[in-house]
Parts: sequence; structure tokens; C-alpha cells
Amino acid sequence: MDEERRNTMWAFIITGALILISLLYYSVNIYYIYLIVYIWFGFAYGMMLQYGRFCFASASRDLFAAGVPRMAVGIMIALIFFSLVQAFLASVNMSTFHPAPFGIHMLIAGTIFGIGMVLAGGCASGSLYKIGEGNGTSILAVIFGLSLGQAIFVDLGGVFDKLVPQSWAESARAKAWIPSYITQSGWFDQYLVGYVWNKPQYTIAKLISGGHPKAIHYFIGNSFINAILPAVIILVLVYIKWARKGFIKKRRKQKGTIGLGDELAGIWAMITASKRTSLMGVLIGITAGIHILAIKAMQVKFGVNNFGQLLTRMGHGLDFSARAKLYDPSFTATLSNIKKIVGDVTVGNTVFDPGYWYITSQEAQFGAWILEKLGWNMHDNMFFGYVNGVPELWRNPALWMSLGIIFGSMVMARLQNEFRFKWPKGELYVWGILGGLLMGFGSRPSLGCNIGAFFIRASGGDPNGWVYGTGMVLGAFIGVKFFNWWTERKMAKEMEEF
Amino acid sequence: MAVKFEKTGDGTYMLDVCGYVCPHPQIYTKKSLEKMKEGEVLEVIFDNPSSKETIMQMCEQMGHEILEEKTEGGKMMLKIEKG
Repeated sequence: MDEERRNTMWAFIITGALILISLLYYSVNIYYIYLIVYIWFGFAYGMMLQYGRFCFASASRDLFAAGVPRMAVGIMIALIFFSLVQAFLASVNMSTFHPAPFGIHMLIAGTIFGIGMVLAGGCASGSLYKIGEGNGTSILAVIFGLSLGQAIFVDLGGVFDKLVPQSWAESARAKAWIPSYITQSGWFDQYLVGYVWNKPQYTIAKLISGGHPKAIHYFIGNSFINAILPAVIILVLVYIKWARKGFIKKRRKQKGTIGLGDELAGIWAMITASKRTSLMGVLIGITAGIHILAIKAMQVKFGVNNFGQLLTRMGHGLDFSARAKLYDPSFTATLSNIKKIVGDVTVGNTVFDPGYWYITSQEAQFGAWILEKLGWNMHDNMFFGYVNGVPELWRNPALWMSLGIIFGSMVMARLQNEFRFKWPKGELYVWGILGGLLMGFGSRPSLGCNIGAFFIRASGGDPNGWVYGTGMVLGAFIGVKFFNWWTERKMAKEMEEF
Repeated sequence: MAVKFEKTGDGTYMLDVCGYVCPHPQIYTKKSLEKMKEGEVLEVIFDNPSSKETIMQMCEQMGHEILEEKTEGGKMMLKIEKG
């Protein structure tokens, strides 16, 4: 069988298997339609990411490393379209978006994430779609860094507790609605509950409306001021710094004089230079908006605001009659004792269910699930025990979205004859694992990655998105500086013929 | 893992960066082209699909010409004449 036919066959097998899985879930319980929707939006993201070579790492990295604005342009286009859809959904009260606590932690986390994504060769979403292309370095980044590393990162206690300011610990303990076995130790628990949760949350729509936004505020504040205007400014700056020189040089040869019309033509030429990336930017922006609508519609239909409530209805969640035991100071908080009461969900009857495109929290859940099978108690910390839960993998909606991205990308890579399994060798082991770890460490303090912390927030009216994005660019700059030095060193050794 | 670089003829070179992920293929290609003379030809072989778009746009902006492009068995080849 020739390569093209074999790849087409594989594309049909993967798609068929996902259809079968979806039907199986649906036949078990209609509530699983919630999970099925996540699978297929993930699948769509995967196909579009692969086709558009859509990786947030390359946005700033390729500018600094190769002077190529392709991906920066694609992301700004996606952001503009997504912000318009989000503004519309918010104005008809059909949005699941919520802003995040605002603070300097976003910039620090973004910088760490930015370095990690350059080292790993892909951002959080990029690493997933590259797994679908058969990229072994991305598998290492996702499993060892973003999953296991991130899960361990949020569960560290002992000596790390001593790094936490006393005020955070006191503030965390003062929140009586959280069982004391969760907040008594663990640096991340105290950081999250005692610091981040005390920070204010903003959207521009709320700021300009005095707290009661209407449609006009969503469109002008969230979409125009927080997304479209900064995106256009960035496009113009990128054009001036990286694309203008070559374009104007050609134009000057053809026409002699240069005017505003030529500059606008130059910006348009930059936008259309990579049609597949720009086109996918438009589609990803619109799809991400429809995703929000689909999840909200299901929440309205089933009368819930989180998939955890459906898991409990199906018998996999919280035992309400025993819940009070969790707050008893004499409760022995072993893994089995907690799980007997909470099942797949958290103390608050929720699981991680972002309501839109998200990547890293479900990877942390995957890591926590593995560690719990090895006997590590992940239910005694804030991140898993109270906020996100550690559901069984096959009942984790957001994790299915990530699997959907991998399989969607795999189908698209097969259809384009671009799938090839590449097991990492040599230095790529180090870059993959180290990059994945840094991405994991850089996504937790900010409660999100390049998608959850930057893309969703910047387009949803939360200025936090841009703070995190600035950090990502700074981190990418540092990462590229390092790789430039590394490459020069290697070339001096391996390319002596030059 | 080593990057393979060979002089294949008079003014022609081959750079094999298979197995490498972003940003390595584009950085090695850029640095190789910087060291070459105008009119010389570089054949880049790689298997990281997203590098293709970046390398092609980089060549467009820097005035290098793509003479040939090929995808086979998940491997990609670009033949670039330095401009």
C-alpha cells in the first residue's frame, strides 16, 4: 500500500474510533454528551492547529530567531475574531468566561512559561498537536513536565511551606469553608488561597460600566479596548520592525515613491504571507467562541454549572450525607478516606470544567491520577482536592478535549502525509523535559497557560491576559538568546566545513 | 544527535536536521544561509512540519529563492538559493 493510501486509512480509523467512543458514552448516559462535546471541539482544535502550524511558542520565538511574523499575525487574528464572539456571548448571557485574579504573579509565571515553551519546541497547545504529528520531544514535555511535574509542583510541602509569607498562611487558614487538611500545609495551597484569591478580578467591560456591563460595554471594553486595539497595535509594530523593510524595498523599486496606501498594502501582505496560518487564526477564533456557547447551552439544558454535578448525579461524585466528616478536625485525611466521600469530584462537588479551550490543568490532573495510582495523596491539596478534582481519566471532560487535540492533529497530519514518529535523541531529551517542567511551573501560579492565561483572557476582556502575554514574550526572548548561543557553539563544532 | 552538514558539490550544500523540533531547523537554516555566498544552494532536510512554513517565509523576507520543495515519508526537503 502506498504512503498516501495508508495515511488516509489511518485518518479514517482514528476518526471512526472517536465516533465509536462518543456513541458508547452516549449510550451509557445522556449526560456524557457534555464530555463528547469536549472531545469534538478538541478534535477541531487539533486539526486547525496542525493545518495552520499554529503554535504560540513560534509567535515570539520565530520573530526573535528568524524574523518571521507568521505566527504572531495568526494569533492576533484569532484573538480579534474570538473577542468579537466572546463579546456577543457575554452580551446575551451565554458566556462561561470568568476573569482571573490580577497581579504581578501573572508576569512572573508568563516569563517562566515563555522560556519553557522555547526549550520544549512548542507551547502547551502546540506540544499537544505536535504529539499528533508523532513528535517524541513533545510527548516528553507533556508527560514528564506538564503532567507529572505540574502535579508534584502544586503538592509540594515541607521545606517549601517555609517560603510562604505568614500573611498568606493566615489568610488561607481563615477561610473556614475549606477543610483544614487542605490548607494546613502545601505552599501552593497557601499561595492560591491566601494570596491569589485575595487579588481583584477585572474585565474592561466591568470597569467602564461601573460593574454592570451591557452589550455596548462588552463590545467596546472587552473586545475593542482589551483585544482589537492591542492586537492592531502589535500587528503594526511587528510590521514596522520585521516585515516593512523588505516589502518597501520591493515597492520602491517598482513605484519609486511610497505612500500610506503602500504601507497598508505591506501590512496586508504580511497578514496574507502565510494564508494557512491566517485562515486558521480566523477559524480558531470563531470555533473557540462557539465552544463557549456549546458548553453554556449544555449547562442550561441540564441545570448545572459544572460537569462535577453531572458526575454526582451519575453516582461518581460527592456523598453529601458524609461530606460533614471532611470538616471534622479528627478526620483522617488519607487518600482512600477522602475518595470514599468525594468520588471523582472535589469537596465543592466540581471537577475541572473550564467551559472553553484550556490545556494545562487537565494535564496536571493526568499527572495527579498517575501519582495517586502509585499511592501519592493528591486530594489533600487545594488544587486537586478543592478546585479541580482528580476524576478517573475516562470521566475527565477537559482531558478528553486534550486527547481530541492530539487525535485531530494526527488525522490532519496523516491526510497531509506529514505524520512521522520521531523519538527524541540526545539533547532533545533535556530540552523536552526541562521545557515541559518550566511550562508546568509557569502555568500553575497564573491558573493557565498560553491558552487559558493569555488567549482566553486577552480576548475575554481581562487585562491579565496581556500581563501574562508580556511575560511569555520576555521568556521567549531569553529562550531564543540561549538557543542562539547553543546553536553557534554546535555549529562551530559540527560544521567546520564552513 | 548531530546535525548533518555536507558540501555536496561546487556551491551546493546539504543540511539534515531530521529529528529536530522547533526552533532548531529554522535557526540552523538561517545560520547556514548567513555563512553561504550569494547564488549558492542549500538543500535542507527536516521532519518538523511547522518549520517548513517558517523557513519559507524567512527565505521570502530575506530574498532567498525556494527552488524546490518536496514531502515524502514525513520528511520534508527545501532547496534554497541564497539571494
